[in-house]
Amino acid sequence: METSSKLIVMGGSWGGIHASLSVLKELPATYPIPIILVLHRLRNLEGNLQELFEKRISLKAVEIGEKEKLAPGYVYLAPSNYHVLLEKDHTFSLDVSELENYSRPSIDVTFMSAADVFGKNTIGILLSGASKDGSSGLSYIFDKGGMAIVQDPEEAEVDTMPLSAIDIIPDCRIMKLERIHSFLLSLHDH
Amino acid sequence: MKFSDDAHFEQDVEVLIREMHTQYGYDFNGYARASVYRRIKRFLTHRHLSSLEDLRKALMGDSYFFENFLQEITVNVTEMFRDPSFFLSLRNNVLPILSTYPFIKIWDAGCSTGEELFSLAILLQEADLLGRTKIYATDINQKVLKQAKEGIFSAANMTGYTAGYYASGGTQEFSRYYNSNYGSVKFDSSLIKNVVFYPHNLASDTSFNEFHLVLCRNVLIYFNKELQERVFKLFDESLVSLGYLALGKKETLSMSQISSSYNPVDKLNRIYRKTD
Repeated sequence: METSSKLIVMGGSWGGIHASLSVLKELPATYPIPIILVLHRLRNLEGNLQELFEKRISLKAVEIGEKEKLAPGYVYLAPSNYHVLLEKDHTFSLDVSELENYSRPSIDVTFMSAADVFGKNTIGILLSGASKDGSSGLSYIFDKGGMAIVQDPEEAEVDTMPLSAIDIIPDCRIMKLERIHSFLLSLHDH
Repeated sequence: MKFSDDAHFEQDVEVLIREMHTQYGYDFNGYARASVYRRIKRFLTHRHLSSLEDLRKALMGDSYFFENFLQEITVNVTEMFRDPSFFLSLRNNVLPILSTYPFIKIWDAGCSTGEELFSLAILLQEADLLGRTKIYATDINQKVLKQAKEGIFSAANMTGYTAGYYASGGTQEFSRYYNSNYGSVKFDSSLIKNVVFYPHNLASDTSFNEFHLVLCRNVLIYFNKELQERVFKLFDESLVSLGYLALGKKETLSMSQISSSYNPVDKLNRIYRKTD
């Protein structure tokens, strides 16, 4: 299957489900850029995040499988209790190593790994959350020439995550969810 | 910490992998790279090494340093009753069948620091099978084997482990299995009376016995497809007919060549049984 040259990686914790759904729900099933979504979840909990997303978005929502290959039309959900990494051949690797920022999956881990593979073609989006996870990863994406987007902290359900990112990446783009959504749609037109 | 451009870093890692193989006999060529890169960068940062060249020199000149590197580059993070539903399934679907054998042999491959091993031993004890079971606990890493033998874990984790124990169908007082002491707990060493600990490298070593159950959870995720295939064949050679293979929650046998001779016993919990 053809894979896109761009990649969207999105992360959030508290308030992140709601925020990511608002961004994703109107994206068409034919949306050409694969999207990886890392949300902090409770460990050892059988989540049906996939079901929750499936019902509400047009794109296909799947929990990431080991060695699965990125393809357009999908929102890839980080599984509970695993870190998600990306290989050069655009396949996923999973990892159960130490928690990062008290989290596994950690947004930092996936953001950095994505930027190592997609470089300036990485679009990182950090949403609402009560954690500092994701800031370093987003900054890493930015340093590689990729795009760093942060949900407007005024709008975020919990602003710790956005504020922490803005703090270390002063030049990031701060947007409300609706803007993020239309921005992603505009990438579609090019 | 900044690293020189990625292509350079990645090439240097390949050189390092070849040299470690030549000098120490450890072959990391079949390891999935994204995780290797991350572990190496992490190690460089922790050890305040500024370049891969410094790391290379230290590794080649000092076998003790290499041992430490080995421990940090391979992921040894584990927990008791990780995925309680898996252990519940083992209790309900596998142990009753194993109990029909007069003597049971189990291989815990990649046992790391022993949390899974002790979880397994507790299950066997409660099924009254521990006395006639021999467990072979192996890992690439000798240091973690030593830790596993001690059975000492941080007390801070016990709340989670206790919850995991009950979620996996445990009915006893969990605290009967260990003694607390200064922020750590020591598990009853009689649980591992019939365990033999061996260094074994899945990437290069061969089959060494026949087992009724092979557990290898969250190890294969670090390997590329070729190495995974090698290990599946190794497990296949090491399992008796009608033996069980248990993998990690996100690991699957379905892409493997051996999958045709295995039936899923519990698809969700990745427990398979050899058909002939």
